[in-house]
Amino acid sequence: MITALFRFSIDSVRAMLRGSRAYYLWMAFLACWILLGATAYWHQLQVGLSATNMVDQIPWGAYIANFTYLVGMAAAAVMLVIPAYVYDDHDLHGVVVLGELLAVAVLVMCLMFVMVDVGRPDRLWHMMPVIGRFNWPVSMLSWDVIVLNGYLALNAGITSYLLFTKYRGQRPERKKYVPFVFIAIGWAISIHTVTAFLYSGMGARPHWNAAILAPRFLAGAFAAGPALMIIALSVIRDKMGFPVKPAALNRLRQIIAVTMLINLFFFFSEIFTELYSFKHHAASMRYMLFGLQGHTKLVPYIWSAVALNVFAAITFMTPRLYKHQKVLYAACGAAVLGVWVEKGMGLVIPGFVPSPLGEIVDYTPSFTEFCVSAAVWATGAFIYTLLLKAAVPIELGKLRLAGAPTLSPEDYHQGHGHAHEGSEDHSHGSHETPSPSPEAAE
Amino acid sequence: MAKDTESVESCGTGCGCASAGHASEGHHHAHVEETPFEARVDEHGTRRMFLKLAGAAVAATAAVAATGCGPNGPTAAEFLQQHYKKLTDEDKKKIFARIEEDTKARTGVTTRVNDPPPLDGVEYAYALNLSVCNGNRRCVEACARENNLPDDPEIRYIRVLEMEAGSLEFEEATPYYAREKLPARDKWYMPVQCHQCDNPPCVRACPVQATWKEPDGIVVVDYSWCIGCRFCVVACPYYARRFNFFEPEIPPDRINPNQGYLSNRPRHKGVVEKCTFCLHRTRKGRMPACLEACPTGARKFGNLNDPDSEIRKIIESKRVFVLKEDLATLPRFYYFFS
Ligand code: SF4
Ligand code: SF4
Repeated sequence: MITALFRFSIDSVRAMLRGSRAYYLWMAFLACWILLGATAYWHQLQVGLSATNMVDQIPWGAYIANFTYLVGMAAAAVMLVIPAYVYDDHDLHGVVVLGELLAVAVLVMCLMFVMVDVGRPDRLWHMMPVIGRFNWPVSMLSWDVIVLNGYLALNAGITSYLLFTKYRGQRPERKKYVPFVFIAIGWAISIHTVTAFLYSGMGARPHWNAAILAPRFLAGAFAAGPALMIIALSVIRDKMGFPVKPAALNRLRQIIAVTMLINLFFFFSEIFTELYSFKHHAASMRYMLFGLQGHTKLVPYIWSAVALNVFAAITFMTPRLYKHQKVLYAACGAAVLGVWVEKGMGLVIPGFVPSPLGEIVDYTPSFTEFCVSAAVWATGAFIYTLLLKAAVPIELGKLRLAGAPTLSPEDYHQGHGHAHEGSEDHSHGSHETPSPSPEAAE
Repeated sequence: MAKDTESVESCGTGCGCASAGHASEGHHHAHVEETPFEARVDEHGTRRMFLKLAGAAVAATAAVAATGCGPNGPTAAEFLQQHYKKLTDEDKKKIFARIEEDTKARTGVTTRVNDPPPLDGVEYAYALNLSVCNGNRRCVEACARENNLPDDPEIRYIRVLEMEAGSLEFEEATPYYAREKLPARDKWYMPVQCHQCDNPPCVRACPVQATWKEPDGIVVVDYSWCIGCRFCVVACPYYARRFNFFEPEIPPDRINPNQGYLSNRPRHKGVVEKCTFCLHRTRKGRMPACLEACPTGARKFGNLNDPDSEIRKIIESKRVFVLKEDLATLPRFYYFFS
């Protein structure tokens, strides 16, 4: 077991180091962004958060906006996991590990965004239980720290277990991991809910202090997450030769068609309630949609977000449109970007405008914030690519412990607990044919 | 040891560097000489290895040399310092001495850090007479001097809003008024500072209990414990909290040497601060600096539990109100018209 674990790590790292030219170029590209961001962060450490465009009136900016959005993104996994495990959707079963790995990478990004946002990162240990002074259960932020780390641990644990057993040529034992999968499903909902409560629990900020915030949050996340997943799975299929069934992608598309509509519906309900009653609390909403007293920096963002989301919603519902690969990808991109603007800039920033004493201060990220944020995203992509480099060959049965028995995909899926009569129709056989990408074959 | 290293290399993270961002290389060397590393680690283990690491760190810093952050990040003692409520008297003495020495080294000013405890049976409250306040903002300046607030970029605890006649709406108001003659026609003035809420949302928000309510009602911040997440800034409905986006710089001749550990002692960049009702004065029976500076007599302060106090009489006899009452923050800062 220990030696197998050791070999598992060694082999995984080896798989991560090897690759085609395109792979190295991609990683080098990401590394450049990471370096740029590291330099920017170093600068921020020197001069403090004055390197950002945040001020007392806008105490949170691009970092927390990204954080908020990414917490939602971690939902990508659960939208694969729920159909796969709860409804026994075997089309999605083959790709569920890839979704869980994405959640791992995304959660690392979340934690990084929190880290770059605090004024004193050297004191983050104050948050640790026992040695620090953790304000649990009173502070919502302390809840957030717990649920995020817990979700990270759950996903990392489940995927490591599945990949490791596969690597050893064994079947994963249902009772060893399925309970955790179900815990993770509940947990995924909790990370969004708690993050939404972080905002909606604030009496000081009427824009957030609404019961619809948490549902809005989930709806947006469940649209953008699967959209990113469609893009990621298509790339993995085309570049790494991993068989992704069209039915799996179609299922994701169906999910987004519904969630995006719900998301838009919540958004418009909120706009109506705020604007029609014409109360003063609607100032943030008016600022966001139309600008206030000549301050209109946020307006173009919001309207482009609405346009992107509407475009995505229409495309995902119209067969004539989504049948075309390119249009489908464009719609996925639109959903990812649209929700990013709506949930990031559109949720966090207007909450601060006007300030509690009625001041209107515009905010756009500084160059430092842009570089650091880009670098965190690049780090996430870097981590996800590395994870995939090891996970994909293991899933395909190409990378395994020397002497381990070969598992057919059917066996494997029975191991997942899916003894479907029709399990022969798993089109996983494609790994026997030469894969389109040289790197997958190493 | 690992921690020692971190304390040197991560100097930027919380560096007490007095000239962030615009010092020359010469500044580094000066700093290195002024604060030899041995002085910092004497109590904390293996000096030789530390010196080696420190040497490397200095070399690295010199190489970076683009900024004014020398190797004076948190020292090991600063890094490991515990939460205020866990400190023994012995710890406090050491820490106060360290802060005094640090100020001396940086500015040449001799200061005295003390920590007056809350007085038994005392609960403070503040009242402000809006009928006489004329918006002259002497309180703002007196507060800045008393509490060692930087001027550039400016940090101010008190914000005086110029309100439109006939309106209590903050969106119609502005804190950025410049007037020859005060009060201006058709305007009235509303100073706002920390209301020392009895049910403070800022305290609930803090993930590390770096801010709390003292028995006398004053909400304080442990500047050595705050991680700078600004959740409390977001949670405060009165815009009372200030974050140190920059390393604050106070000209030596403007430093107030009488410093309370939980109030006006030196802060560094990356932490939050706020009005403390001048607890280093008021807990010794003096009045807050803003009150003493006010030429109109609009400001009243005292012990709520003393039935003969002026503040008690005002609250009992005047029609007082608090801001944003619907949020149930229960401020200790009352407004009234006479
Ligand atoms: S006014 Fe703001 S900072 Fe002061 S106690 Fe109330 S919530 Fe906290
Ligand atoms: S900024 Fe400091 S005091 Fe405010 S919530 Fe964060 S750690 Fe607590």
